Amino acid sequence: MGLRDRLLQGLTRSREALSEIFYMGGEVDEEFWEELEDRLVMGDMGAEVALKVSDDLREQAARENLRSAGQLKEALARRLSELFPAAARDPFSDVPSCVLFVGINGAGKTTTVGKLAGAAHQAGLGCVIGGADTFRAAAIEQLQVWGERSGCEVVTRERGADPASVCYDVVARAEDTGADLVLVDTAGRLHTSPELMRELAKVVSVTRRRAQMPVCVVLVIDATTGQNGLAQAKEFNDALDLDGLIVTKLDGTAKGGIAVGIADKLKLPIFRIGVGEGIDDLQAFDALEFCRALVGAGEGK
Amino acid sequence: MFDSLSDRLQSTFDALRGKGRLTEDDISSAMREIRMALLEADVNYRVVKGFVAACKEKCMTAEVLSSLTPAQNVVRVVLDQLTQLLGSSESKLVLAQNRTPNVIMMVGLQGSGKTTASAKLAYLLKAQGHSPLLAACDTHRPAAADQLATLGGEIGVRVWRGDGKDAVRVASEAIQEAVDHLNDIVIVDTAGRLQIDEEMMAEAVAIKDAVRPDQILMVVDAMGGQDIVNVVSTFAERVDFDGVIMSKMDGDARGGGALSVREVTGKPIKFVSMGEKPDSLEVFHPDRMAKRILGMGDVYGIIEQAQKVADEQQLADAERMLLEGFNMNDYLDQLQQIRKMGGLQKMIGMLPGGERMLRQGGSDMADEDQLVRIESIIRSMTTEERLKPKKINGQRRKRIAAGSGRSVQEVNQVLKQWGEMNKMMGKMRQFAKGGSSKKSMRQMRGMMRNMGMGGMGGLGGMGAGKLPF
Repeated sequence: MGLRDRLLQGLTRSREALSEIFYMGGEVDEEFWEELEDRLVMGDMGAEVALKVSDDLREQAARENLRSAGQLKEALARRLSELFPAAARDPFSDVPSCVLFVGINGAGKTTTVGKLAGAAHQAGLGCVIGGADTFRAAAIEQLQVWGERSGCEVVTRERGADPASVCYDVVARAEDTGADLVLVDTAGRLHTSPELMRELAKVVSVTRRRAQMPVCVVLVIDATTGQNGLAQAKEFNDALDLDGLIVTKLDGTAKGGIAVGIADKLKLPIFRIGVGEGIDDLQAFDALEFCRALVGAGEGK
Repeated sequence: MFDSLSDRLQSTFDALRGKGRLTEDDISSAMREIRMALLEADVNYRVVKGFVAACKEKCMTAEVLSSLTPAQNVVRVVLDQLTQLLGSSESKLVLAQNRTPNVIMMVGLQGSGKTTASAKLAYLLKAQGHSPLLAACDTHRPAAADQLATLGGEIGVRVWRGDGKDAVRVASEAIQEAVDHLNDIVIVDTAGRLQIDEEMMAEAVAIKDAVRPDQILMVVDAMGGQDIVNVVSTFAERVDFDGVIMSKMDGDARGGGALSVREVTGKPIKFVSMGEKPDSLEVFHPDRMAKRILGMGDVYGIIEQAQKVADEQQLADAERMLLEGFNMNDYLDQLQQIRKMGGLQKMIGMLPGGERMLRQGGSDMADEDQLVRIESIIRSMTTEERLKPKKINGQRRKRIAAGSGRSVQEVNQVLKQWGEMNKMMGKMRQFAKGGSSKKSMRQMRGMMRNMGMGGMGGLGGMGAGKLPF
């Protein structure tokens, strides 16, 4: 199954929702625009962004004389995809590389690390996993299971140990073994906790100083997150200077619209999206394809 | 991050100042603001539509209190309506009287916080005199059972793990285990599942059929967005839960999902989960939630947080301060308490109108560094100096400045602030001695107010004044 199909599958609900509007006969009336706005808001895009996007589209439609559903969909998909900045470098294939995963509790950091380690191993890269979540009960055990599944070594310490020291160890280990990719899982924390954010800033700065290879900090964000996702991304970005995002759990009915808002506000690229439970279900992100799938463009060809 | 509702409405109504009554147009424009506020709080779009329509109706017909401004009147109507919808009374956990063990089953999406909430619930029930048993029925996520076992160990509650493969069997065995060991409540922690995952939903139903739970609680992430209605309505349809635990409420998400859940499923919210510690599961208060959703500040939240931080030792300290005066060690303690409670910025943000103050004050308002600077200055004083700050003369000031790496002026400012606080304590001491005549009580209350809200405004510059706590 190709990326496109997976995306289409994962985003079926939202596509259907938007398609409903676009197939409401040929006439584009006031009700249509209102309905469109509503649907975008329902996709967690945020009221502000939704209004902006639909206003822009309305202007464009008048300017370019767009009438048909297909044209409007394509225009909307392009309009939305323009909000996403392109990644200058993919930290998971341009090796050597060290990536730290940060985010709030339950966003899917550990699972993402496990999946990426599996993909790296399959691609023939030497990969070491760092278990710097020394806080949550059984986080280390969970990561070790992923290490066995993916065939990658896990470097960690006992629960309660200093997470920065784990990063130091894992980078040293990677240099000893000549590994290409280092993936570090950190403890989930709310962006509103200043103490925990300071701790994380230390972890990041220790890793940046210690590692010879380029270090990337990636925020993992759950697609079901609402408008608070913006606050999360902003706080993490302020504290850690993020390099990009991974959006997880796009296989549900959540539309992941908050990704549009974050990309628009913070200009952060999206490195991967999670569209399923399997080890291969973490896909590269293609903004146009993502937005096309979101609005249902090119459907029924 | 967001404008609080009253601020937004205020700007809408600024244009209407002086008007005796509001026209329908005025109310419509106020409702637009309310709609945006609710959408920003992640209340589901359809729910917002219905709610705003109902509020408008109420505003048109409601009795207008003349003591309030038009903006306040609208806010009052909206707040009442919201509180009512969220559940007009606190709904507690209902346990069956005639069945032992009682079974509570937890369900929810991945990462919503079920395992943590299970342990917290066990802790709460244990504190109430029950003897809970935790059943680790999440057989899908790696090491989920280990997590529950660790948490159970920390709070002294037994955990039944079974073979860790068949969730239904683990659940059934846990009940037998509870009977054998005289546990009166079994809390069944299940795997996280997407509501569209047929296989996993069927598993949840199978567990439910096997253990016939007395209560099914759904854990819902307070940060969740619009999609939460799809999730809860499917869960309500398939497994039919009895109540909701809102998790991750210690963040700054406004938690509009709570209103969506109530509106779409009619199920009550029973608990809110406020942090990582086992004792952070709290009873749900609809009125507070309503204010939070509208971004109106959470005064009770501050009080409770303050209460949590204050222990008996500190109460004794407060009494001593009142009787003997306020020394530099007390000042230091207060600074540290503010930091424990999440810093000045967070606390001011929680006050009504606080967000507006923060925005107006700019970034140096509530500067956390300032607290650190004051702390370093106090820490450069000798024990004697801290107990008797009046002893600090010019030479000592110079030494303290050098020791803390600050200027003498800054040291002077800290001493001045201390002096003001001590003066305040002195006045309160007089009242405390003078008994509780009505007049002095009133004055005292006024003074408390000055210390609290009034002091806040003075936090901008170091010299400006007193710390409020």
